[in-house]
Amino acid sequence: MSNNPASEMSQSIERAEIDMLLLGLKNRYGYDFTHYSFASLKRRIEKSMAMVRITGYVEFLDYLLQNEDHFDIFLENMSITVTTMFRDPGFYKSFRENVIPHLRTFPFIKIWHAGCATGEEVYSMAILLHEEGVLDRARLYATDFNNHSLYTAEQAIYLSKNVEIYSDNYVAAGGLSDFSDYFNDGYERIKMKDFLRERITFSYHNLVTDGVFGEMNVICCRNVLIYFDKILQNHVLDHFVNSLRLGGFLCLGSKETLTFTSAKDYFETEDRKNRIYRRNMVSHAV
Amino acid sequence: MLYELIVIGVSSGGFQALKEMLPLLPSNFPVPIAIVQHISEQSGTYASEHLDKICQLTVKEAEDKEPIHEGYVYMAPAGYHMLIEPDKSISLSVDEKVNFSCPSIDVLFESASEAYGAHIIGIVLTGSNHDGALGIRKIKQGGGLTIAQNPADANSPTMPLAAMAATEIDHTVTISELAPLLIRLTKEKS
Repeated sequence: MSNNPASEMSQSIERAEIDMLLLGLKNRYGYDFTHYSFASLKRRIEKSMAMVRITGYVEFLDYLLQNEDHFDIFLENMSITVTTMFRDPGFYKSFRENVIPHLRTFPFIKIWHAGCATGEEVYSMAILLHEEGVLDRARLYATDFNNHSLYTAEQAIYLSKNVEIYSDNYVAAGGLSDFSDYFNDGYERIKMKDFLRERITFSYHNLVTDGVFGEMNVICCRNVLIYFDKILQNHVLDHFVNSLRLGGFLCLGSKETLTFTSAKDYFETEDRKNRIYRRNMVSHAV
Repeated sequence: MLYELIVIGVSSGGFQALKEMLPLLPSNFPVPIAIVQHISEQSGTYASEHLDKICQLTVKEAEDKEPIHEGYVYMAPAGYHMLIEPDKSISLSVDEKVNFSCPSIDVLFESASEAYGAHIIGIVLTGSNHDGALGIRKIKQGGGLTIAQNPADANSPTMPLAAMAATEIDHTVTISELAPLLIRLTKEKS
């Protein structure tokens, strides 16, 4: 059996067209997807195209260039991810045991949730900090480049049908009380209580194009880097190294790793299973 | 090497099928394997850990941006789609479910077909849904080799039947015939 030249050629044309689409959007709107993981990026683009019944990448680029509203919807589709309260309960449990004791030694605690999406994990962290008695001296910065997701996060409103999963995760994460203590409900929705939201600052930040962000004690960036290729991962991790205090913590998603990145020299592994890393004393050029 | 990657999709009854078939592959089996098994999001790493104990190949859960090496079997983690990048490394995503599944077999097969073209073997085993049918069709269209479990041999025949309805399947085999077939296919014309 030989290669399939027809299929290989159509694939290289397709790649050229997708590159053109990404470049066009970057030039027109300033959003740069050129270093996203290609395989999932392509699926998302195709899904967006199917929604408006466009089959060609070039035609789709033209459609997006002509109309900013269309691009807004595209942008929203490009960053929809699935998350939940206390996703990966083992991580939160480990955070209580391994990170909280260090945070207690600070009079003021700054935590950055980079790529917070619809906010479930930020509220989870606020609940944890409350139960550990340090929420009143903490400030959580929740950032995302998807304004629709940020709006949802800021509203603090979620669907009641998910409460059972939230509660199960909360218990598995070592929750000290009852998840229902943290929201008010009605109309098939729950709203997280104000004392949690008051400690969170929501703001727009694009990890690809925006820079360093404060002097953090903790950066949580979970299941965001998986969408980036190695080059962009290294670029973003550089920002994280420069945004963390020495001895600060970096928390990644449970299947993300520093192993294949250039940032690995700047971190020690605090908990390998739960992907909690600690900024070491190795200095880093800004 | 004619074949550079083997992808396997399996759903209900899948753990048993994998336990029967994977240990029969020798430690010097020349082609890496990537597997999507439908499992609930709460499942831990038991499946890959157990398979690793009983297999001669190294079985592990895939990590993001992990390069693909021979001698390894990569399993999609629960709650993550597993994709193959054009540079032949693994990437993961937490996108919405596809065919009510995350991980989804179609997501693996379609991306793997684009990365490997004709140099891939796609295998659909037991399962009670239609995930994998579109993916194996894409593998066939890309010039890859297609294999399905004989529906009569499958714990749940729906998934292999859907694959057979979607495209031409090159080999239909029982689970006990699969490992010998793979050993033979990967020895030919290497």
